[in-house]
Amino acid sequence: MAEDMSTPLKHVRGFGAAKSGTGHFWRQRLTAVANVPLTIAFVLIVVALLGRNHAAVVQILGSPLIAVIMLLFIMSVTTHMRIGMQVIIEDYVHDEGRKLILLMANTFFAIAVGLASAFAILMLSFKV
Amino acid sequence: MAETKAPAQRPLSPHLFIYKPTLTMTMSIVHRITGAGLYFGTLLLAWWLIAAASSPNAYAGIGSFMSSFFGRLILFGYTWALMHHMLGGIRHLIWDTGRGFGPHEREWLTVASLVGSISLTVIIWIVGYLFMGGPR
Repeated sequence: MAEDMSTPLKHVRGFGAAKSGTGHFWRQRLTAVANVPLTIAFVLIVVALLGRNHAAVVQILGSPLIAVIMLLFIMSVTTHMRIGMQVIIEDYVHDEGRKLILLMANTFFAIAVGLASAFAILMLSFKV
Repeated sequence: MAETKAPAQRPLSPHLFIYKPTLTMTMSIVHRITGAGLYFGTLLLAWWLIAAASSPNAYAGIGSFMSSFFGRLILFGYTWALMHHMLGGIRHLIWDTGRGFGPHEREWLTVASLVGSISLTVIIWIVGYLFMGGPR
């Protein structure tokens, strides 16, 4: 197709939108709003736990209210950071293969950190 | 036919370095950097929670690391990054509503988020040391 005069846009027209629409933008804002009170609560919890012994920390982190706040914090933060890092990768990594690998690694990292943290909270809760 | 198969050599928009650095520009970059820092900092959160769930020994292990000079430096930086990203995020949420874009307002918002993040960090650490005995 050496005589093809069309721009790259022509080749994607007709395939419709990427079907993700404003989902990314909205999730970023939704988790950002959730992160504000959850982060304040998280900082207060950590400060309250400073210098306490292990038994007291287990007792407090495992109590229902604190555990639920921590679980919400972990869920919201790991979602927010996953889609935030996705934007950073998409902005700076232009090699298609490397970009795909990093995007996958990003998702794996966020889910692994989130699940490990949530699992620890649940363990603490059911130990109490 | 005119040769149009190769993408035309169009002028690129000027990149960052052509502009005089401004506070809002710098804070925009810092917002991204603190976000990336917080991203990897969640490893500390996971480590702390897993240690607490594992055993008193594991918990003492992360405690001795965090109370070392290096550990406190990381925690202090993490506190500031968290506060700065939070306040910067609130600033972005205000901007999302279309408010605060005037030349005076946007500067004020940016200075406020910087001063606020440093103040909150210092307050959190003072409270941490004075009332809770500090990280031991």
